[in-house]
This record gives sequence, C-alpha cells and structure tokens, in this order.
Amino acid sequence: MNKPRVIVLSGYGLNCEEEARFGFELAGAVSEIVHINDIISKQKKLSSYQILVVPGGFSFGDDLGSGLAFASRMRNHLWEEILSFVRRDKLVLGICNGFQILANLGLLPALDGRFGKREIALLLNKNARYTVRWVDLKVTNDSLWLRGITTLSLPIAHGEGKFFASREVLKKLEKKKRIALRYFRGTICTAIDLSDNPNGSVENIAAVTDPTGKIFGLMPHPDRALYSFQHPLWHRQKEELLRRKVKLPKFGDGYFIFQNAVKYFSS
Amino acid sequence: MIKAPKRGNVLITSIEVVPNIADPRAEIRKRHIENLGLAQKISSLAISDIYTIEKSLDRKAIDQIVSLLVNPITQKATGKATLPQFDWIIEIGFLAGVTDNVAHTLKETIEDQLKIRFKDGEGTYSSQRTYLKGDLKRNDCESIAYSLGNPLIQSLHVYPYTDILNKSSFFLRIPKVLIRTVPSVSVVNLDVSDGELTNIGSLGIAEKDEVRRGPLALDLSSMRKIKKYFKKLGRNPTDIEIESLAQTWSEHCKHIIFSSEIDEVKEGLYKTYIKHATELVRKKKGKKDFCVSVFSDNSGAIRFDKNHLLTHKVETHNSPSALDPFGGAITGIVGVNRDAIGFGLGAKPVANTYGFCFAPPTVKRQIYRDKGKKHPMLPPQRILEGVVSGVNGGGNTSGIPTPSGFLYFDEDFQGKPLVFVGTVGFLPFKSGKKKLYEKRARSGDYIVMIGGRVGIDGIHGATFSSVPIDSNSPVSAVQIGDPITQKKFSDAIVKEARDLNLYNSITDNGAGGLSCSVAEMAKESGGCLVELEKVPLKYPNLSPWQIWISESQERMTLAVPPGKWRKFSQLCKSRGVEATIIGKFTRFRKCHVSYKGKTVMDIDLQFLHDGFPRKHLVTKKFNRVSLQSSVPKITDYTSAFVDMVGRWNTSSFEFISSQFDHEVQSTSVLKPLQGVGRVNSEATVFRPDLTSFRGVTLSYGLYPSYSELDSYRMAACCLDSAIRNVIAVGADPETIALLDNFCWCSSNERERLYQLKEAARACFDYAVSFQTPFISGKDSMFNDFVGFDTNGNKIKISIPPTLLISSVGIVSDISKTVSLDAKFPGDLIYILGSTNDELGGSEYFTYLKENHHNAIFHSSVPQVRAKEFRRLYKAYFHAIENNLIASAVSVTRGGLGVSLSKLSMAGKHGADISLEKLPGKWSRDDFGLFSESQGRILVAIDPNKRKQFEKQFKGFEIGFLGKVTSDDIVRIRNRQGKDLVVTSLSQLLNSYRKKFANY
Repeated sequence: MNKPRVIVLSGYGLNCEEEARFGFELAGAVSEIVHINDIISKQKKLSSYQILVVPGGFSFGDDLGSGLAFASRMRNHLWEEILSFVRRDKLVLGICNGFQILANLGLLPALDGRFGKREIALLLNKNARYTVRWVDLKVTNDSLWLRGITTLSLPIAHGEGKFFASREVLKKLEKKKRIALRYFRGTICTAIDLSDNPNGSVENIAAVTDPTGKIFGLMPHPDRALYSFQHPLWHRQKEELLRRKVKLPKFGDGYFIFQNAVKYFSS
Repeated sequence: MIKAPKRGNVLITSIEVVPNIADPRAEIRKRHIENLGLAQKISSLAISDIYTIEKSLDRKAIDQIVSLLVNPITQKATGKATLPQFDWIIEIGFLAGVTDNVAHTLKETIEDQLKIRFKDGEGTYSSQRTYLKGDLKRNDCESIAYSLGNPLIQSLHVYPYTDILNKSSFFLRIPKVLIRTVPSVSVVNLDVSDGELTNIGSLGIAEKDEVRRGPLALDLSSMRKIKKYFKKLGRNPTDIEIESLAQTWSEHCKHIIFSSEIDEVKEGLYKTYIKHATELVRKKKGKKDFCVSVFSDNSGAIRFDKNHLLTHKVETHNSPSALDPFGGAITGIVGVNRDAIGFGLGAKPVANTYGFCFAPPTVKRQIYRDKGKKHPMLPPQRILEGVVSGVNGGGNTSGIPTPSGFLYFDEDFQGKPLVFVGTVGFLPFKSGKKKLYEKRARSGDYIVMIGGRVGIDGIHGATFSSVPIDSNSPVSAVQIGDPITQKKFSDAIVKEARDLNLYNSITDNGAGGLSCSVAEMAKESGGCLVELEKVPLKYPNLSPWQIWISESQERMTLAVPPGKWRKFSQLCKSRGVEATIIGKFTRFRKCHVSYKGKTVMDIDLQFLHDGFPRKHLVTKKFNRVSLQSSVPKITDYTSAFVDMVGRWNTSSFEFISSQFDHEVQSTSVLKPLQGVGRVNSEATVFRPDLTSFRGVTLSYGLYPSYSELDSYRMAACCLDSAIRNVIAVGADPETIALLDNFCWCSSNERERLYQLKEAARACFDYAVSFQTPFISGKDSMFNDFVGFDTNGNKIKISIPPTLLISSVGIVSDISKTVSLDAKFPGDLIYILGSTNDELGGSEYFTYLKENHHNAIFHSSVPQVRAKEFRRLYKAYFHAIENNLIASAVSVTRGGLGVSLSKLSMAGKHGADISLEKLPGKWSRDDFGLFSESQGRILVAIDPNKRKQFEKQFKGFEIGFLGKVTSDDIVRIRNRQGKDLVVTSLSQLLNSYRKKFANY
C-alpha cells in the first residue's frame, strides 16, 4: 500500500498537532509535525508532502480574531508555496482553528476557484462563550474526505465557531454544493437533550470544501473521536454490548475521515 | 476611524473596529446591564475594539494594518459619523504595565506583515468601547463601568458621546510605563531599634520619600537574624539583599509553620506526618513502590508504565484571585503548568485540575479593605465569574484539558476565596541514556531566562500571600497571564530541547521570581553569579531589587552548558521564544548578584536558604462550647430530597464543565459530565499516551464544614473520599497517590494550630493505612481578611480551615472504567459500606439549620475505618475487573440521597428503593438518606450478574436497595415499606440545574 505523507503544522499556539498526526498514523499514513518557521526557513518543503493539515488550537491566542494572525503569517511567507500545493493533486485539512485559518487565508471556500479572498467568517459563538460539547453532523456534499459517511457525531471546542457569510455567498455555497457538514439533531443531541446548532452558525453550517472537495475545513474535531471510547455515551454502549456478549467497535466516527484521505492516495 | 496626532515625535494611530452584523457580545453585555437593575434605562448598545499604535507610520502602512484587522465580511473601521448617535461611551483599557495580549499579538503581526521593527518607546495598545443609549446618568454609567472592569488593572473612562465629536484625541490616552527615577541600590541601616526592625519587616523598606515599598513579611526574629549576619560581615545589607531574603524566607516559599517544631513534634508537621507517611508506604510496598520523585521537585511523580512517569502538583492562588479574579486565576493555572514543565527536565502538561471555594453568589454584604470605604472587595458573584473565565482562558488557550474539578461554597470565603489549580504532567523516564526525571545545574553552566520579560508587575507576590489581605495589600502583586508566550516555550522545551539534551536543569520562575528560581538552582551547582543588567525588561529604569524579585509571569530559568548554548538559542529563536544569558552557575557557595559591574548582593548560599530562625510552635486544645438543641424533625421527605440535590454544594456546574476544554489532546475517557442527564462526576479518566489503553483518574476530597467540629476526622474524610472516588471509576487501590493542600486561617493562633496538627496527624494515619503515599503538597496559612463593613466597623473574616486532598490513580485498562449513570431498567441497586448517624457538618444539617432559624445541633463527623474500607475497596476492584459493576457513584456530600439522585438523573431512569436493607446504625429515615458516612459506593448491576456480585462481596456490609425502573419516578420507601419520597426525574433535574441556570 502506498502511504501518503502528511505534514501537520505547529507553532504559535496551535495545539492539536499531536492528535491530528496520530489520526493519520492510525489510518495508515506517514505523518510529521512541522513548525511553521521550519517551512519559512526552508528546512522543510510543503511540496514533499501530499496532505497538509492545519490543526486546532489557539494560534496567537485568538487575539486579533481567531486564526487571523497565523493566516497572516502563512500568507506573508508561504503564499506561493501554498498555491502550488493546492493546485496539485493534494489534500488540505483545517480543523477548528485550522478551519478559521483557512477561511482567513481565502483557501476556503474559494467559490470561483480563486484562492485568497475572504468569503466566509467564523464568529464569536451565539452564547459568547467557549463551548465544549458533542454535536451531530449530516454530510451534505460528496467531498472525498466524507466518502461513505452520511451522519457522524464529533466534539466541538471553540469560542469562535459561528459560521457566517453574506446571503449571496450562502446561495453560491448551497448551489455549488460546498457545504460539507451541517449540524442536526441526531443521536447525541436527542439522547443528552442539547440543541442541534451549538454556536448559532447560519444554516447550521459546520464545514465547507473548495470546488474540488480536496480542501476541507470543519469546526468539529474528528481528531478527538478516533476511538469508540471517546464518545460521551460509550459506557452505556459498552454495558449494552457486554450483556449481548458483543465487543465494542474499535474506531470512533472521526477515524473514518482520516481513513478516507489515506485511501484517496493508496487506492 | 483613524487619527494621527503627534505625541512628541512619534505618530499615534488608533483604529476602531465595529461589527456591521449583529454582535453577540453586545447582546450579552446589554443583558448584563439590564441585570444591574438598569433594564428600563438602556435602549441600545454597541461594542467596538480599539487598536492604538504608537509608531510613525505612513498612509499605506496604516491601510495595510486596517485591512489586516478588519474582516470585510463582518466588520468595518469606523469614522465618528458612522455609528448611530449614542449618549455615553465607556472606554476600558489596561493600566500602564498590565499585560495586554491583544496589543502584543498586534505588534508581532505588524512587524511580520510590514517587515518593520518597533523601537524602544514605540508600542501598541488595545482597549474597548461600550456605546450606550438610553436614559442614563453619569453615575449609572460609572456603575456599569465598574461592573465591567476592575480598576486595579484597568482604566475605566466614562464620557458623553458628544465628547467624541468635540475632542479629536480621546482614546489616545496611552498606558505607557514611564519610570523617571534612575535605577539605584540603597543600603538599609539595620543598626536601629527593634521597633524600626519590626516596621521594616512588616511594612517594607522606606524609600527616600519615606513611602514604604510593601510587605516583606519578616518578623522581628528574622530581622534580628539578618542584622546579626550582616554585623558579622561588617556592613549593612543592600535593599536587594533584604528583599531577596524576604522572598526566600517567606511562609509562601519556606513553609515555616509546616516545618517548625510544634509541641512535642520535634521535626515539624511536614516531616513527621506527611513526608514520613510516604517513606513508610514506600518501604512497605517494596518492589511495588510506584513513587519516582516525591517532595523534591516542582511536582511529585509516580510511575505510569514501564516507560513513562506521571507528575502532579496542585497550587493555590487565593490572594491574587481575591483582588483580580480573572488575573489571579489565569496566572494560577498557567503558573502551575510550569510546575509540570519544570519537573525533572520538563514534563508535558496533560491535564489541569481546579477547585474553587467561594461565598455563595447570593451574599450581598459589602466589605472594604479600608476604613474610608474607598477599596471595596469584589462581590462573590464577580469573583466566581472572574475566576472561572481566568481558568478558561489559561487552560483552553494552552491546549491542556481541564477535566476534573469542583465548586464549594461557604459565606466565610467572602474575604478570601480559595482557588486551587493543578497540573498533571507526562514524561518518559529516559531520553537515550539520560534520566529525564533528574536534573543538576553544573558550575559553569549559563543561567538562562526564557519566556516573557520583566516588569514591575507581581512584586511582593510571595510575601503578600503570606499575610492576611488588608489595606496594605500591594496591588502590583496582581497580574494577567499570557498563555501563548508560555505555550511557545513549553513546546520548545518539552517537545524539542529536552530530547536534544540541550540543558542540565530547569525550574519555574514563580513566587519570588529570579531571586527564588536562581537561588534554588544554585543549590545544585553550589552557587551563582548573576548580572542583572542582562535581564530583558518590558520598559527601562527598573531598579535591581525590582528585577530580581519581580514575578512577571511566563518565565523559566535553565542551566545551559556553554557548548550547547548556540544550538539552544537558535532553537528558541526559531520558535519565537526569547532566551537570554543572565549569568553563570558557580561552585563558590555564594549567591552573587551584580548590576552594571557593581556587586549589589553577596550572601552565603547557606544563610540564604537555611539562615531563617527556627520556631517552636505551641498549640492549644479547645472545646467548642455551645448550647445544642435537638435535631428538628421533617415531615416532607420528598421536598428535602429534591432540595438536597440543588444546593450550592451539590448542584450541577455544567456551565464550567462545558467551557473548560476536556477533549483537547484527544485523551478523554470518562468525562466531567456523565450519562444522558449530564451529571457532574467526582472523578474523571483520561489517557495520556495516545498509543496506550492505560489511563489516569483524578479526583479530590474536601470537607471544610467538618473542620470546626473535628479536624482530625475532617482530614480522614478528605483522604477517604479522594481515594474512594477514583476507585469507584476503576483505579487500582494499590496505585493511588495523594497531594495535600492545606489552606488554613489565623495560623498564629494556638487553637488554629491545634486543628492543623490534628489534621496533619490524620493525614499520616490514613495515608499509611490506605497505602497511598503523598507525593507533593503546598500550604497557605493566612487566609484571613481584615477590613471594614459598611458602617466602617473593623471585621475579620477567616476561611474555615480547609484541606484539599487530590488523588491520582492508575487505571490499567480503560475499557473497565465505570460511569455513574444508571444504565438499564431492571438493574439492581446496591450500597456498599455502612450508613451511620454521622451528620456533623453535613450538607443536610446545614440545610436543616437554614430552615430552622439557624438552630445549633451537632452529630459526629463521619469516622473513617481504614482497614475495613480498604478491604472493601480491594473487593470492589476485583468486581470492576470482572465487569460486575454497571454504574457507580462514590457517596460523598449529601449522602445516599444525593448519590441516588445522581445515578437516576444521569441515566434518566427512575428508581424504586427501600431503606429496609440499608446496612449500619442509623436512627431516622432522613439520617439514613443524608448521612455522610464514608467508605460507601452506590452501585447498579446487571441482574444476570447478581449471584456473582453477591459472592464477590460476601462477608462485607452491603445492602440491596432496589431497582432501576423504566419510568421517570424516583421512589424511596422506609423500613416499614411506606413511601418516604416520590418524585420525578424532571423535578430532580430542575432542582439540580437551577442554581447556575443563568451562568
């Protein structure tokens, strides 16, 4: 099997690089954490990798708005390299803060296929507070990242995750099928009785892709749902299965997103 | 809006950014103001952010910055005419010298984007405006401003909207630190009377203008020791020498009360009762000893598996949190993270813990620090909200999960809240051949400071926290944290430099700043030589003593061998971390400090560390004499049952659990909120190594309400609960370690010392009996407030003596862990352990007293029978290993009643139980329900496993209580089979979630 090479960015307060790297390793990729300054100083090259991951975290403390300062650093130093990366047959994943960074960079949603224009924003949550909980998501486009998945449950943890775009942009997103995931009332929301939309996102949007579906940004964390025992109700599931003498499945919903990316290169 | 008037020769630009779509911040702020009782008066509100840049920039540069700051989709930069007409503006910025993280990032980003540098004297600043419209008077706006900001750290300005039209330079009030005095070192004459020595010790060194510098917390006997030492040297000390001794000898750093001889206990409480307990346990465990490093480093450490060890440390940040709750809490949590990073050669922080003791938010009594009532203490609700957002800011921003914690309320925490924060660290035993849990600075190593720069913030923090809060409390001790600066060096150290073997030792710059960290590491090599002018400063003109003792946050000190400096410094530079050589470690037995070539401090290391006077403390036993009435009877058990789960001390605190990230690092196994009913659990489980299925469980025990009745039993209950809570979820009873945090009051009073001694004695007895070693601890001895009430009368508020026992246990297979929710209808409910008439200090008695005009009645504080309990816990662990337990609730505050509610609410299943088989000696139904007898676990099991379960617990005191039901009714029958309690899940959940519904 051909193992794709993954680069996971770190530095300046990004903090989910280890679990993102682990997710790809678990799914069969070769994955490496690289500090952004090591790319800027040309010790590492984006072009040596097939998948670029901007993981979650608190880059620059969200100080000027989430993802803004890190995006500015990427644009100042790496813009050409990034453009040549995304123009090839390569994948980009932005999780949470990484999604905010990709949105600020204008890599997402790149409505007309042109990169670099800010078209969407991730704003302060409706409750104006950092919020940690699990959500249910419905898959609403055919991005390769989501192949074979129709619904899934993942955790969120963010202060600025409210998806926003102008009416015009929303229409285009809808029409061009760029909305990848929407919050909905599924198994978890029903069981633990929480609202479907955790942050006030317009039209329940949780994730979008670029025109090719290869650049994928989402607020929820698939990297925190790799195993079934990360699910908030897994003890109940375990007990139920134990009584039926069935083993708990190994992987959680998030794992399959990483697996899809690996499959894309290995099949 | 952009303005560029001149200030001196430097142009100042302010950029105001307002949202052009609905702003949730504004909506929430409006609601906040309406809650202040101004609902009728306010019609609209808007919030803007202001970025001020003090640097000459051309138009193009300013445009570039504007387009960087303004998100065109949602925001705009305003001119004065673009905002609708408002009546008032409240502008809140930081006071000069207070950490401004937004400004810091702005500066860094401008430098990167525009490829320019800010020079000395240039800078960036952030502030925020609230625009108000409505029928508001100036004093309304001032009280709003006070409710939004804290004058100890922020500047609060209120002005009419028209001012913005008339005056062009309103928000250009730059909070810049300008120290006009020239840095100097003074000699302190100690050839003075005892009276003056006492003054110097308690109020501080007098400046030329007679103003005192602030508390040194040195008593007369310490001052005399210092006088004698310098007399022998034939000179008077410098100010920096006295300040340095005050830091090193402070109660905060030396724990004098815990280390002094007390009554017949020659070696003091710490050595005799805490350290010795650990020694005995380790000896008894022999080859099964799992301690790796105890009491000697920044954290304590135990073995996690063959290749890794686990560190834990719990700190308090009480005094700073009382004055500035947000700043106190964020610096507390980020500070204790450095106790992990500073363990051995650097452990990675993998979990935070918290515990907050406050006065109930409903307490409205206003108290002041001064007789003139100019300095009010913040109301309890502000302190609660500030502390919660401080830990939120520190933990979340640093990317460290914060799963485990608690809230506890008592009116006597109004003067000084307790803010406990802890950090668990994870590190391999070895990197190559090098042991990572040991360290030693060597003579010749560079002394290297990394992280933030030094300012006058945080001066006298260590000495301040060693005395009660009063009008002399230095407000400069209050600070704000900068988690990203720390995150950058934390990553550089624990993820890179450590494994490249680039340094020999590392420690935290916490209390006492460089004076403590450098002097502490100097013990390893045998001395130090520091050149203070090399220390990077936030602004010029700090005097040497200030540089030396400043507690400016987010700094660590390392010992870097000269041959590795180049590589180390390059690594730091490439990670955006400032690292500076500030001296050398030596072997000359001296702490030698110079400033611009001149010696300013030259003290024997031995005297610095061990010269403090030894004390002999004496305690006095006392009996609380009180008239006692009999315990009132209740008739409505259902109401009591429902009320008991909605008390301040038993309520859901989901609003905290759902804003402290416990999923980051992808390690959570058993979360803080459990079951479909989202019930707060006492213990959580996480998995520090992503490739392993071994887990760590964390919990705590804390019973301040027992202290005044029997502090020995209080401590015993803390240990038992802390241990049992982690066992209940699946910890192996043989691999549990403990941490002690004593927060006492008035520790100069003999009766308080008696209580302290009793509590410490219990720590020894039970740690040994349970075979649970202490690995780390910390104490805080003067949690008193001395101030004034609204009538100007002097008042003293002391906290109830409080012991926090934190527990950390290893779970060998996380798939065996058990959550607290009832799983399926038909499951059988049992109680393990016996229930007795033990309600002294219980939550139920407090409840009864509140409902019976504060009548006084007592009962005994629960007794811990360690031998018997330990046997039960071992049997329970076998049951867990054999998958016999479906649900488990460790019975703590509120007794069986609250535990049963939690089991039912979490599973959203009803229950039908009877007290008929409730084992133990209990005389009344309500006592049986709410007794806080220790050693009990409430469990539910699969009915098919009944035989196996009962066999496992044969010979133990356990009782079959009833069943989980498929309806939503919780029903409890008394011994005669009559209904005592009949209530519904929705009633219980309403009560459980009511207290913090609006948080």
